[in-house]
Amino acid sequence: MDLDDTPEQAAYRGRVRDWLREHRGEAPVLRGPDALTDEQEIIAARRAWQGKLAEAGLAGVTWPKEFGGQGLGPIEQVICNQEIAAAGVPGILDAIGVGMLGPTIIAHGSEAQKSRYLGPMLHGDEVWCQLFSEPAAGSDLAAVQTRAQQTDDGRWRLNGQKVWTTNAQFSSYGLLLARTDADVAKHNGLTMFVVPMDAEGVTVRGLRQISGEAEFNEVFFDDVLLDSDAVVGGVGAGWGTALTTLMFERVTIGLGGEGLGFNSARFAGAIASDPHASRDPEVRARLGELASELMAVRFTGYRTLTALQRGQIPGPEAGLAKVTIVNGAIKAGELIADVLGPDALEDGGEWAYMISFLPGLKSAGGTEEILRNTIGERVLGLPPEPRLDKGIPFSELRAKEASRA
Amino acid sequence: MNLALSDEQVLLREAARGTLSRYKTLEAAREALDGKDALPDLWEAAKEAGWPGLLISESAGGAGLDVFDAMLVMSECGRVLAGVPLLGHLPATALLDEAGAATDLLAPLAAGERRAAYLPAKPPSDLDSEWTADPAHGAARAALPVAQRAGAEGVRVSGTIAFVPDAPGADLLVGAALLDGEVVAVAIEASQAGVSVEEVRRYDATRGLGHLSLKDAEAGVLASGGADALASAWHLAQALVAAESLGAVETALEVSVAYAKERHTFGRAIGSYQAVKHSLTEVLRQQENGRSLLYYAGWARRGAPAEFPLAANAARSVCGRALDFASRAMISVHGGIGATWEHDAPLYFRRAQLTRRLLGGTGSATDRVAEELLAQAA
Repeated sequence: MDLDDTPEQAAYRGRVRDWLREHRGEAPVLRGPDALTDEQEIIAARRAWQGKLAEAGLAGVTWPKEFGGQGLGPIEQVICNQEIAAAGVPGILDAIGVGMLGPTIIAHGSEAQKSRYLGPMLHGDEVWCQLFSEPAAGSDLAAVQTRAQQTDDGRWRLNGQKVWTTNAQFSSYGLLLARTDADVAKHNGLTMFVVPMDAEGVTVRGLRQISGEAEFNEVFFDDVLLDSDAVVGGVGAGWGTALTTLMFERVTIGLGGEGLGFNSARFAGAIASDPHASRDPEVRARLGELASELMAVRFTGYRTLTALQRGQIPGPEAGLAKVTIVNGAIKAGELIADVLGPDALEDGGEWAYMISFLPGLKSAGGTEEILRNTIGERVLGLPPEPRLDKGIPFSELRAKEASRA
Repeated sequence: MNLALSDEQVLLREAARGTLSRYKTLEAAREALDGKDALPDLWEAAKEAGWPGLLISESAGGAGLDVFDAMLVMSECGRVLAGVPLLGHLPATALLDEAGAATDLLAPLAAGERRAAYLPAKPPSDLDSEWTADPAHGAARAALPVAQRAGAEGVRVSGTIAFVPDAPGADLLVGAALLDGEVVAVAIEASQAGVSVEEVRRYDATRGLGHLSLKDAEAGVLASGGADALASAWHLAQALVAAESLGAVETALEVSVAYAKERHTFGRAIGSYQAVKHSLTEVLRQQENGRSLLYYAGWARRGAPAEFPLAANAARSVCGRALDFASRAMISVHGGIGATWEHDAPLYFRRAQLTRRLLGGTGSATDRVAEELLAQAA
């Protein structure tokens, strides 16, 4: 058991640190008095910064070299993330593309797709969004209703709606899960597509949340025409392709949990600024409980990393880290606001923003309830809840739901 | 970066499981509650397995292993509620070793020919400027025993400490006393006239406990046994309680999951219901958080000693709460039968209830986590 770098890892860390020290002045400033405020400016600056990180080999660390990556392992990715965080500079803009969608295209895409899309994605020239969830398909993702119907000339006509789409307002492409056959069981009739976000019939609308800000979008598709080569991983094979994306999502969450900024040191700092609260036994009890759970997440991440280094795929238990982070941060928000009083709830402030953000995060990337189901079944081996949708063609299932409603 | 067990550690754990499987520890735990003299003498087994010397240097006849290895053994004891008196012996021997005790004192302890017990002494905090002995709250809250010089090297110690783990039958008592207003580590032979240990039993019969009374008891002061060494022993004890609790959580979860798969209601296994499944997943979540923090503590003791108090107390806080939750979930999942004398669930519940209140209690570990983090942030 060892938490220290090997000599090779230490050398790699040194190279990353040196580059960041030399170039940190070129990074966009997102916090403090000199922070950029204009949304467009921020996006442009973060794109340019991602390009520099990619040139330096600090983006796509685990991507194969032939696609512009470094061909390194998850440990180097973590070292890179740690050094970027320690340098106080932003990471890449398109973490969803580079972390989840790019690896999906590498695993399932055609040679033409790989050579066309991966380079501009890695360098931030073309940002990507994930078009999976729908208003009526979240936890039950295989229930997506967005329809792609093949036209006589072999193209695809797309109609439907997606939701919770991060970055859609400035994305060039999206990876979209659509139903191509409603007459087979629901997992079998799905296909994955690449969708140009500037195509005719694509409408992106910001979705305001509790905080008042719009960090997610709704995306509408009205008779959007896609070329036949937009299919990723084969017609009818969309569910398998989606599972690859979700596996990379778990890895991203498992290794990057602390990257969300919900860590014990930050929360303790907020309490420490109040000397009276720092000596209040009740405050200390609440802080100690939530902080010890949040601290555990870092070492769960190291355990995940150990598994990855040994060639094992992290299981769905990485989802438990998300449950711990979100609920720990919710408790921290409650505690900090109890200590600071109503001032903590001033809109736009650090803590009001966090308090507003967390209720939605409970459902993001899989609701807490569905995560507990999955983990209970796959890790503990508990029997699944009886399902009423097994083997039934999707169209019949929909008809049944409609008649019951 | 490597948080996996080494081959040697896997062997150590498997050997411990094998050793303890030779005893019917759970049946004994139940019968002992009825006052029968049912508890097996596990010290002989511990000696055979080499556990008494785990934390004593090789030069003094011990195994010189890491705290993480000791935690693996503690977890195995916790799994089957085995009353091996290691919670007293291991912190005591680690303190002696760290404070530079002589080899002729350490060697018989390493071999298990003699047994030591640690006298819990909680270091001061922001909220409490004094060292205290258990219990930390209530009318019985006690200051440290007081030592007075007697002769060139020795001291005589007087005072009382309640609920000392594994004190009954121990040969050597190792802990803290106040000498000229300074806290020092002392070693006290238990067999002398000025020492009396009243055996007490509270709720969990597997846990050896004693009320210690010292009246001018002769004691040796450990040369390098100042406040730092004593604080380190306290935090080590927190890590060992955490490890022992985690083992008990593992069994509680395994037994509950097995029952949830086989017990049917309304035509299906109860484990298929979300209410049951989510409760067991919550046990798993807390268990795995506790395990991660035990890795942290196991590494920090040598890898980052300044972080050890934070790591050890965080581990105790999470593992302690995990055991509280797991032992209650174990009863609930089993329904009414889980609350009966015949079932094992009440034994784990009793273990949780008592453990939560020993060695400062889970609460003081949680407070220490807050203190360490607030100090870092200030």
